[in-house]
Amino acid sequence: MNKAARTLIFQSRSLAKARSSFLSGWTLSIVFIALVIAAPILLVLASLFLPNSEIWQHLSSTVLPRYIQNSGWLVLGVGSLSLLIGVSSAWLVSMCSFPGKRFFEWALFLPMAIPAYILAYTYTDFLQFSGPVQSFLRTMLHLPRGYWFPEIRSLGGAILLLSLALYPYIYLLARAAFLEQSSTMLEASQCLRCNPWTSFFRVSLPLIRPAIAAGVALVLMETLSDFGTVDYFGIQTFTTGIYRTWFGLGERLAAVQLSAWLLVFVLVLLALERVSRNQINQSSKERFRKLLIYPLRSWRAALALITCSLPIVLGFLLPAYLLLHMALRNSRRSFNPEFWAFARNSLTMASITAVLAIGIALLLAYGERIRPNWLNKLATRIASMGYAVPGSVIAVSILISFGRLDNQIDGFSERVFGVSTGLLLSGTMVGLIFAYLVRFLTAAFNTLEAGLKSITNSMDEAARSLGKHSLGRLITIHIPLLRTSLLSAAIFVFVDTMKELPATLIVRPFNLDTLAIRVYRLASDERLVEASGGALAIVVVGLLPVILLSLAISRSRARKL
Amino acid sequence: MNKMVLSFLLVLLSVASAQNVVNLYSARHYDSDLELYALFTKETGIEVNLIEGDADELIERIKSEGSNSPADVFITTDAGRLWRAEQAGILASVDSDILKAAIPENLRHPEGKWFGLSKRARVIVYNKDYVDASELSTYEDLASEKWKGRICIRSSSNIYNQSLLASIIEADGAAAAEAWAQGLVDNLARAPQGGDTDQITAVAVGECDLAVVNHYYYARMLADAGPEDDDDPVDENAKEVAEQVKLFFPNQADRGTHVNISGAAVIETAPHKDNALKLLEFLVSPEAQAIFADQNFEYPVVSGVASSEVIQTFGDFKADELNVAVLGENNPEAVRIMDRVGWR
Repeated sequence: MNKAARTLIFQSRSLAKARSSFLSGWTLSIVFIALVIAAPILLVLASLFLPNSEIWQHLSSTVLPRYIQNSGWLVLGVGSLSLLIGVSSAWLVSMCSFPGKRFFEWALFLPMAIPAYILAYTYTDFLQFSGPVQSFLRTMLHLPRGYWFPEIRSLGGAILLLSLALYPYIYLLARAAFLEQSSTMLEASQCLRCNPWTSFFRVSLPLIRPAIAAGVALVLMETLSDFGTVDYFGIQTFTTGIYRTWFGLGERLAAVQLSAWLLVFVLVLLALERVSRNQINQSSKERFRKLLIYPLRSWRAALALITCSLPIVLGFLLPAYLLLHMALRNSRRSFNPEFWAFARNSLTMASITAVLAIGIALLLAYGERIRPNWLNKLATRIASMGYAVPGSVIAVSILISFGRLDNQIDGFSERVFGVSTGLLLSGTMVGLIFAYLVRFLTAAFNTLEAGLKSITNSMDEAARSLGKHSLGRLITIHIPLLRTSLLSAAIFVFVDTMKELPATLIVRPFNLDTLAIRVYRLASDERLVEASGGALAIVVVGLLPVILLSLAISRSRARKL
Repeated sequence: MNKMVLSFLLVLLSVASAQNVVNLYSARHYDSDLELYALFTKETGIEVNLIEGDADELIERIKSEGSNSPADVFITTDAGRLWRAEQAGILASVDSDILKAAIPENLRHPEGKWFGLSKRARVIVYNKDYVDASELSTYEDLASEKWKGRICIRSSSNIYNQSLLASIIEADGAAAAEAWAQGLVDNLARAPQGGDTDQITAVAVGECDLAVVNHYYYARMLADAGPEDDDDPVDENAKEVAEQVKLFFPNQADRGTHVNISGAAVIETAPHKDNALKLLEFLVSPEAQAIFADQNFEYPVVSGVASSEVIQTFGDFKADELNVAVLGENNPEAVRIMDRVGWR
């Protein structure tokens, strides 16, 4: 056999190998699932190829620069502040010992249960000119008319409130990562006479970077798609701009194109992060060893106490107290039997979505791990973009996809069988849960992907050498190791679904009301006092799983040690 | 398994073809509306299925559902939205003598594509300590120098402001309207924020001297019974706040105060057109109109139905008789002007 022939055989073999990797069951099912989930997102992206209307000229010469500037500051501010709160509190509760640490471990999740827009309503009521704080100061200090007081309804206020509502994403993922980090590495750094600060910055932080990045990505996407808070504060961001272009100017296409640009921006951001992350070597990890803990005393302990309690007080206790106060003062107007029906709807939808989301996300993340080709990566990347698109845009995109599909099926069945099927998906529970999945798959996927990254490949290889096939490895090796990440992912999706509004409003079947819808009805009618009962219920109902799951997380950690 | 699929399909089909119902897509979010629908069901035996959402989203939903849409009736606040639904081609022409007789001509579509159900006036509220009623005259006057740093108004993203500017475009022309909007923005006491209730509160506590708001927010605050238990005297209730503030109807000497509507329409593809028409006719009946008036403090469109007691204390006023369809037509122009003058 000559050299050329050998090369040819070699090439055809490697080609066949590559093809089989594309045609494998995993790749096919990933691409299929991803395509279904991504259909509404692709519909948004496709708008970029449609011709621009002249409205773009008006936008870019008037409001667009302001939208971009405000959104930029918001992303920068919320990103840094929530990173600061999330990582510092996670480090303290997982690496140090100080009084109250056990309590803080789970209490730091609490602010997650209050949606940012409800924080915005309560804080405005509390801090505005006519609110209790300023009224009290005025009477006590006899302030002259026109005195200065920090304005909560401002860019700074929005940054603060969004950070308080969103930092738990970073906290939860960073804490899990700190707990799972290698203790050998830390011990080594201590031998090299690093103090806790240096170990933190030079060893821990780089090690947990994938987890932090996943958390920050979630926070930033939520920030970009937030409408309620910034709209109430009168801050013109990219998202309020999208709504204004659509509802005010009546230019739906231009609005969808704006959303598509937002998506492109997020895609680029994520890609940049990935490129920079790939330069860091994955280290092997000694997982099952007790972490060394820094004991904190006197002023250090006090500082730790303050750092951990501030976000809980500001992000949960104070607003929850204010809501409770409002709701109790008007108990007859805020609580009624309908409540339980709303709460049941909310709980049911959120549970179903959480289970489905972690199932699908696990399949996608694991598939990407064992068949890491570009097709898989692209498909999963696009399928998990729904988080960054403003809710209404993605919701309407889903409506349009369903409408087309339903009417195609109806037309086909009418032609072939002479039977009209009507609308099969539009306005059904199935449709609504699909909408939730499109919106929130990211939250589950990012979490599980980061979790999988911390399981070394040598585990897979060892299992494979013992003859386990890919699905068996997933069940016997990865799922048990991923328990913490699976629970975190479930919490994220559950709480997000509880709070979800735009898709629920517009995609839901007749007469299906949830707590979030109840709050929205009253709040949009400026009846904040009546809305407080519903808002409180969202918080309470959202708390139950948060507490249960966080207990489960600490238990699973305890078992591991 | 097959049985399950079959029964699932049957459930779907039965929902689609249930007989005595009317499917309502509503962009009004008031609890008193639920009472209206319950009353309708009691009188006619027709069940009301309800979805609430934002008007433009509901329009998109009806469009995407196409000829299979279950939607029978579309209800929304603001004439601009009704105009947009009509432009989207989803509304049916309805010929009903009852509706024609009950609703004044400028508050319904000439071909019966939509009908006004209730009126809301965009008024000026002012702090009686800082403003004298004799200083107030028209919307146009709010752009004059004397109001510098004294006005509160909510964001221009709000459709009520967009419709107000649309009516000024119609009355004074686009160029004058733009100059007016610029003058108004220059006179603001603070950057636009919050809703109409927040503007009224800001006027009451003296953060600004006057504000432009929809009348029923003020009426609702005046009617507020206050907290149920009064052991907490520190908190002011809405009524005390509102009593610091007085109401003024602008433009009484010329075209009249800007008035918008809540309205309803029958959908072109409605599967239950008869029931849809029955619902519309019910909504202009005296008892339904009384609920609009008494519970939500709107002005009834039907003459002879009394306004609520609180509203009656405002006195009669001259309303702008512009056909409200114009508000929709001028809406995009209004938003462009707002963008140009930097009205947040």
